[in-house]
Amino acid sequence: MRFLLDDEQREFARSLDGMLSAADTPGAVRAWAAGDTAPGRSLWTRLADAGVFALAVPERHDGLGPLPLELAVAFTELGRHAVPGPLVETVAAAALLDRLDGVGVDGAAAAWLPQIGSGKALVSLCVPAAGGPYALDADAADAVLVVEGDTVRLAATTGPVQPSADPARRLARPLGGSVLARGPAVTAAAAYAAETAALATAAHSLGLGRALLDRTVAYVRQRTQFGAAIGSFQAVKHRLADTLVALEFAQPLLHSAALALAEGADHSAAEVAAAKVTAGEAAYAAARTALQLHGAVGYTEELDLALWIRKARPLRDAWGTPAACRARVLGS
Amino acid sequence: MDLDFSTAEEAFRAEARAWLTAHVPETPLPSLETERGFAAHRTWERTLFADRWSVVSWPEEYGGRGASILRWLIFEEEYYAAGAPGRVSQNGINLLAPTLFEHGTDEQRARVLPSMASGEVIWAQAWSEPESGSDLASLRSTAERTDGGWLLNGQKTWSSRAAFADRAFGLFRSDPDTAKPHQGLTYLMFPLDADGVTVRPIGRLDGKPAFAELFLDDVFVPDHDVIGAPGQGWRVAMSTAGNERGLTLRSPGRFTSAAARLTALWRETADPSDTALRDRVADAVIGARAYRLSAYAGASRLAAGGTIGAESSLNKVFWSELDIALHETALDLLGPYGELADAAGDAPAHGAWAEGHTFSLAGPIYAGTNEIQRDIIAERLLGLPKGRR
Repeated sequence: MRFLLDDEQREFARSLDGMLSAADTPGAVRAWAAGDTAPGRSLWTRLADAGVFALAVPERHDGLGPLPLELAVAFTELGRHAVPGPLVETVAAAALLDRLDGVGVDGAAAAWLPQIGSGKALVSLCVPAAGGPYALDADAADAVLVVEGDTVRLAATTGPVQPSADPARRLARPLGGSVLARGPAVTAAAAYAAETAALATAAHSLGLGRALLDRTVAYVRQRTQFGAAIGSFQAVKHRLADTLVALEFAQPLLHSAALALAEGADHSAAEVAAAKVTAGEAAYAAARTALQLHGAVGYTEELDLALWIRKARPLRDAWGTPAACRARVLGS
Repeated sequence: MDLDFSTAEEAFRAEARAWLTAHVPETPLPSLETERGFAAHRTWERTLFADRWSVVSWPEEYGGRGASILRWLIFEEEYYAAGAPGRVSQNGINLLAPTLFEHGTDEQRARVLPSMASGEVIWAQAWSEPESGSDLASLRSTAERTDGGWLLNGQKTWSSRAAFADRAFGLFRSDPDTAKPHQGLTYLMFPLDADGVTVRPIGRLDGKPAFAELFLDDVFVPDHDVIGAPGQGWRVAMSTAGNERGLTLRSPGRFTSAAARLTALWRETADPSDTALRDRVADAVIGARAYRLSAYAGASRLAAGGTIGAESSLNKVFWSELDIALHETALDLLGPYGELADAAGDAPAHGAWAEGHTFSLAGPIYAGTNEIQRDIIAERLLGLPKGRR
């Protein structure tokens, strides 16, 4: 297997990073949390123009994919910038529709996949068995798909938003709707979609963790106490060194899981689970470290750091809790 | 987990596996940290060397196979998976040899490397001193100029393998008047049975005489046993230290095979309702997998012309903590049998957990403590300012 990204993949990451750095992404996160989705949707369109969503859409529906490794590269950058919205759910919905195309929901696939790829449609997805009872950002989504048992339906409406610990994550229960398809193909497609969601969430976590580390390193270099930059104190250094160790060893697991998913390998579920738990734990630990080393200023909502810190724990637990992932690694 | 290797690499793996299957002793050798075990392991080194498996990555002229680092990783995986004996020559092969390849003369390589590869000469490292561990630059043992060579004086300690080894290599202060402590050091090799050398074995935490103190009293070393230029020992030694902390000290095969044994132990013995223990087994499996993938990625970077620098400190912290977690989890799975020494009649058949656990505890201490590694990570990889230690 190829262990390193090629030049094109690295350039893709750099260009997304550059674009999201130039955009007012923190402003879009804050607006999203307040219920104003316009800046977030504008960002979404730009991501679609850069090809992000097309990576999850097959060529027959005007996409480029499915390309799990490139998706992992892209989602690492989305996480680095804490981009709001049902990003993971949209690409997972694309994975679901892709697998159901030809075995029951051709109409839905033809209707939604090109729109997902072009960025016109935000789609949320709820698979209670894999990710809990809520659909993320259902109130902002253009469609909400629900898989229960061997049945997939298009939700008619959603319940009231249940506030999340991360205000930029808006959770709601999907309600009612018509059955699109039923049967073993749905179960298999949902499993594939859940793996895609777990992989994208792992990448999102890894990017989030790297951003938390970068921001904290920058902070401890300039913050002084006792007449010295706190970054010169060994206790501070060692905590940041451990943060880097954890993130660095999550990276190859993510890379390998993406390749396993791309190949349709039997062991992809275990590989994705290993990447998910490792990246999720590393990012959450990075958030704890970021908060600790920023001190009280890190505990304030004003500092943009809060946007990253609040996302770390929900991402760690979304689309596969650590316990579920560990059980899957051992095949139990 | 499947990794795609080329046909040639798969053939190399198959060849290694077949050879190991045919040659690995059925009964484990006695501990190499005992006199009897040391001799048995020396014989094993000869067996490896006879078919050119003792130093696969070395050039053929010194008994190797000129194998790439990728193939070296493959060989190591097979080696550990086969349950082959620990390598008594590892100090020489992993620490001294890379230094000779980089800084030695052709004459030194021709003289030292073949007998190292064959196990005829087993090398001990003589770095640390009683007042000089992680702060290696503070060492005090001296090398003083004399006719045709140098006279060594002083004391070295915690010298692994020195109780039974043949020769040693280390750093000595050759110029006491330099402005900075890491200047004026010289890297030398010397025989452990030379006039003026006294070796005093020191029992290790596991009770084995695997350490020794070396007392040096006017020990003569000829000029041709100086590696690199006199006074440049620090620079020479640092390339060795990078090797030690990087890939070569702990190849992933060691951890993936231990994780496989741990998983087998868990399946056979664990209470299925104990999810806390299950989670720790999973973490050990994931950690070994992460380390393996990271090693192959590192090998790919090297093959593409990159280098491993301070990144080796990330490896060192990771594998040393992984090793302890693996062994602690095994001991917890074993419950009341966990405290039994491997030699105990009632010791579990999976074996090697007790000795392995004690040895794992040394991981964060040797090859530069993990505190030093974290300083290196913070300063060189994260760009944090140097500070008081």
